[in-house]
Amino acid sequence: MATEEAAHHDEHHAHPTGILRWITTTNHKDIGTLYLCFSLAMFMVGGLMALVIRTELFQPGLQVVDPHFFNQMTTMHALVMIFGAVMPGFVGFANWMLPMMIGAPDMALPRLNNWSFWILPFAFTMLLSSLLTAGGGPAAGWTLYAPLSIQGGMAVDMTIFAVHMMGVSSILGAINVIVTIFNMRAPGMTLMKLPLFVWTWLITAFLLIAVMPVLAGVVTMLLTDRHFDTAFFNPAGGGDPVMFQHIFWFFGHPEVYILILPAFGIISEIIPTFSRKPLFGYTTMVLATAGIAFLSFIVWAHHMFTVGMPLAGELFFMYSTMLIAVPTGVKVFNWVSTMWRGSLTFETPMLFAIAVVFLFTIGGFSGLMLAITPADFQYHDTYFVVAHFHYVLFSGSIMAMMGGAYYWLPKWTGHMYDEKLGKAHFWSNTIFFNITFFPQHFLGLAGMPRRIPDYALQFTEFNVISSIGAFGLGLSQLLFVYVVIKCVRGGDKASDEVWEQPRGLEWTVPSPAPYHTFETPPRVA
Amino acid sequence: MLSSRIITAVITVLSVAAIGLLADVAVAAWGLNLPTPVSPIGRDILELHNLILLICLIIFVVVFSFMFYSLYAHRKSKGYQAAQFSHSTTAEVVWTIIPFLILVGMAIPSTATLINMEDTSKADLTIKITGYQWKWRYEYLEHDVGFYSNLATPRAQIEGIEPKGANYLLEVDKPLVVPTNKKIRFLLTANDVIHSWWIPQFGAKKDAIPGYINEMWTLVEKPGTYRGQCTELCGKDHGFMPVVVEAKSPEQFEAWLASEKQGQAKDTADAAREWSKDELLAHGEKVYANCVACHGADGKGVPGAFPAITGSPVATGPVTAHVGLVMNGKSGTAMQAFMNQLSDLDIAAVVTYQRNALGNNTGDIVQPAQVNSVR
Repeated sequence: MATEEAAHHDEHHAHPTGILRWITTTNHKDIGTLYLCFSLAMFMVGGLMALVIRTELFQPGLQVVDPHFFNQMTTMHALVMIFGAVMPGFVGFANWMLPMMIGAPDMALPRLNNWSFWILPFAFTMLLSSLLTAGGGPAAGWTLYAPLSIQGGMAVDMTIFAVHMMGVSSILGAINVIVTIFNMRAPGMTLMKLPLFVWTWLITAFLLIAVMPVLAGVVTMLLTDRHFDTAFFNPAGGGDPVMFQHIFWFFGHPEVYILILPAFGIISEIIPTFSRKPLFGYTTMVLATAGIAFLSFIVWAHHMFTVGMPLAGELFFMYSTMLIAVPTGVKVFNWVSTMWRGSLTFETPMLFAIAVVFLFTIGGFSGLMLAITPADFQYHDTYFVVAHFHYVLFSGSIMAMMGGAYYWLPKWTGHMYDEKLGKAHFWSNTIFFNITFFPQHFLGLAGMPRRIPDYALQFTEFNVISSIGAFGLGLSQLLFVYVVIKCVRGGDKASDEVWEQPRGLEWTVPSPAPYHTFETPPRVA
Repeated sequence: MLSSRIITAVITVLSVAAIGLLADVAVAAWGLNLPTPVSPIGRDILELHNLILLICLIIFVVVFSFMFYSLYAHRKSKGYQAAQFSHSTTAEVVWTIIPFLILVGMAIPSTATLINMEDTSKADLTIKITGYQWKWRYEYLEHDVGFYSNLATPRAQIEGIEPKGANYLLEVDKPLVVPTNKKIRFLLTANDVIHSWWIPQFGAKKDAIPGYINEMWTLVEKPGTYRGQCTELCGKDHGFMPVVVEAKSPEQFEAWLASEKQGQAKDTADAAREWSKDELLAHGEKVYANCVACHGADGKGVPGAFPAITGSPVATGPVTAHVGLVMNGKSGTAMQAFMNQLSDLDIAAVVTYQRNALGNNTGDIVQPAQVNSVR
């Protein structure tokens, strides 16, 4: 990762060094590194916001922040984590791994690649600086529901433009992924031989292209409602606040799978390696992924059961949502079957993968419960929902990325990470995660609404536990950063294979992987 | 064979533990499950919730027994050699079809409950609920009675100056009163942004959306006081707009309704007479509670977000403009139209108060009749 290495591997051209190297780079590994560092930075920023929330909720009463600022924190925490930490994180993995996995020298559209990354720092500067405007940042929740979001100040406009920029970045990234996978595969690498991580990303890229324009559309309508006297969502002008929700969630539900499918891909790479056994049911895994992606377009209104839809609509969205349990179940069964009668070892990446399978399934089951419309009337907009989506997003997406980072760091840096510290990070992360979020199920069932800065006394005990867990969870991530930095700087030399006979082309090249990986394509049998 | 016996044993133990836990959970006082329902729908939902949770727990325990058995038995450190199978069509078909059948089994009772929930016909009483930032208005449509319901918890408790009461944040100045064992139809709408009205023990939650009228029904079986909250983010004081319902026997309810009608007649008489400045100021200070959330108890507002009243051009400028702003609100902001929320007397008093207190001293007095003339 050091600059002299780059110069060494790329003797054909004179490349800029220092900061200019990173600004002008068109190399998939450099851009992957940029994305991953950006994602980690945003993870920390979003995490700090979560700690502000949990500090205020440590005790009933208002102690630390006022309710208006509290709403800004819940809004920003979600926007930063979804668009700043999880999505760019996965693009970072895609950049590093896709070319190596399909036997390509680089991504198909390198300049576009550079541009799609460098939009992001500007987008997030704009988003975060909205906190400094008069009246503070956006406070209508990350869903920006109208008409509440029409009330906000300039921060809402800055958020809308930031969302536009993130959307452009995501769409460009997605185009690059699709073009790369369709055109740059090594001879013999047929579609049904693609590693599962590549498959999940291919499907994710199509989801991105399908729904990011929808998000851009709905926030633009919001913008014109705010400033140009349109009334898409303003009932006083004949508009419809519920229409905002329909359009938003038509983006929002596929978005949920954009946030989890690549995680499924990473897990499907890790588990076979440490089970010393091929992935169970490859074909059904691919089909299940495609099935989930298809279903994601016809379930959106399950986020809005309480808005007063007709009975037929409620039934349709209940049934379609319940169906998602089938392909998701197939995936879980396949992962467990991959481990079954393997020869298991428990290095840090495997620990993360096992925890993801276990904890994500808890989130999956609470998701199934939320799909049951009559019961959803009780769960909707309570902490039960907060617990649910943190079980799928944190112990699904984010922990899968952590596992992936440990899995591929030796390939990226040429050094083994510190296994002892990696395991320490795993245990402290996973235990504190559960202390933080498991009690929130009970809070929700007992009747605590989400997005409130203060609460009735009967919710105190679980909130105290949850806040303590949150601080532990936050501190655990400092250990993660330390392990990563330590591994980048040095450590035991990693072999080409790194692990014991792992499958995949990335393990056939040296560690660290050379600046241009496959200048002549490998033959895939 | 030994391994399959171990699995069976593990599954049995864990299932029993899970069922035991669940049974415990259902009655626990520590708030681990949905609260005890007092309506037929609430009960149906609780049963449905318990059933689905139980099914999920059993599947969870079974699936992960396999995984943990594998983690224990199929370890490299124990010298276990990896098998190399990579698919089994039979297994894959089986674990696609069985979950599907379980889902069908879940969908049947869910559909029945949902159909029942959505049937608002043949109601005995209709109550219209309107959400405002940040309070509720209740109107008994057949009886011409209506009032607002505000948070009653004192600011000092929220800020930690006074000890918190038992119903902290779940108490209001005037609760909704309903008769027991009558089918009550609620019509829900909102004045500004989307709110959501929820009483957990009724199993009744629905969004109150401006421009929409939503429907929902309940039947309360037991007299008592039931508490809930707004559940849709509605701005700064979303956490401070509780829902409180008092269920009384039908006879007591009728008596309550009659006294409400009398009270409202007295209010009308009050508005007709001339009020002194001191009377207006005293009453205005109480009405100002409607303004505190944004403009602050001291009238200083929140810089950048909510304007100050102290020294503001509105509160020190022309009286008519001030009255107009309070009555009609300012669109696109949280400043709502108080015309239909407050009486002539309330508006006159609060405008008088704002112009002669909170650091302002214009000397202007506004009479209820003056407010009435611009309605």
